[in-house]
Amino acid sequence: MSAPAAPRPGLYYPKLPRTWWLRHPAYFRFMMRELSSVFVAAFLGVLLAQLYHLSRGPEAFAAFLAQLRSPGWIAFHVIALGFAVYHTVTWFGATAVVQVVRIGGRQVPPPLVTAANYAVWAAVSLGVLVWFARI
Amino acid sequence: MAEETIRLEVTRYSPGQDREPRRQAFTVPYRKEWVVLDALNYIKDRVDGTLAYRWSCRMGVCGSCGMMVNGVPKLTCAAFLRDYAPGPIRVEPLANFPVIRDLVIALDDFMEKLKRVKPWIIRETEKPVAEGEYRQTPEELERYKQFSQCINCMLCYAACPVYGLSPAFLGPAAIALGHRYNLDSRDEGYRVRESVLAEAVGVWECTFVGECSAVCPKGVDPAAAIQRSKAAFARDWLLSFVLPRGGRS
Repeated sequence: MSAPAAPRPGLYYPKLPRTWWLRHPAYFRFMMRELSSVFVAAFLGVLLAQLYHLSRGPEAFAAFLAQLRSPGWIAFHVIALGFAVYHTVTWFGATAVVQVVRIGGRQVPPPLVTAANYAVWAAVSLGVLVWFARI
Repeated sequence: MAEETIRLEVTRYSPGQDREPRRQAFTVPYRKEWVVLDALNYIKDRVDGTLAYRWSCRMGVCGSCGMMVNGVPKLTCAAFLRDYAPGPIRVEPLANFPVIRDLVIALDDFMEKLKRVKPWIIRETEKPVAEGEYRQTPEELERYKQFSQCINCMLCYAACPVYGLSPAFLGPAAIALGHRYNLDSRDEGYRVRESVLAEAVGVWECTFVGECSAVCPKGVDPAAAIQRSKAAFARDWLLSFVLPRGGRS
């Protein structure tokens, strides 16, 4: 890369304030999308802790589940679910931008690519539900 | 009956006199067929001839009259006063750029970056003119056409907080134009451009805010160009482990 140009005398160089993401709804949505990954990661951490307690036997697992019933943990899960859904929706939207799908030389309209993502999501969710219902 | 008017709050900056930009209010006639640029021309012609701004074609082709209108990057030739009535309308120089004077920004940084992505057709060997032109099918044209509509108006840079926070970022328009030539069936410069586009301050600096595409007045989607380039470079990187020369000749 080339070195950034030295400031020219007489010019005014604006600086972006730290609150730039509050200036425009689109910037705020972007920051929330970035923040969503923190909640998704935190939820995965809880899930791993759950698996760890499961490996230690039924009592340890039951005790851990009892802890998760506290209002604080329930609030965390509700917020984490909201962020996870937002993360998913924005991800599916982004997929259509990134992935150009061509069938017979013609580009598939981006909304169809997003719709296909939702269809796969619904199918997998349904499959998991059916699987859980059987056991 | 008194003529209807609207107030414009215009950023002024005089190098050597002002330490930082200041705001000056002007009252101009309100006409529903007028755009912000008409109002600025009225101020310059009738009120204050020292007001500095760029403009040329008045029809969304030249890309010179980009400014922040109420905090959003706009071509002022396409920003109607009626859409901002009753005002006041805040007119500022494009964000994220050094200001030369009033509403005029310095473009040196972009010009340097644009050159680096080599936005022209690169051939390994040029064929003789006698052999005719490089032909292209409509499908091949369609692959890059939208990216060729860029008019270098800089609205996308003004909308990009990544460029505002890290000015070394190559930026939306330069990457979109590099991508446009990478998609061109007549071009053989992918590798040359990849060395610039795939730098840390190239496509990887982008965090996909997406506002570059939202503000583009020509329907170009620079955010898509950047994300698709990321996907292509990631694929090349993976292929470089299994195929000689990353699977490309």
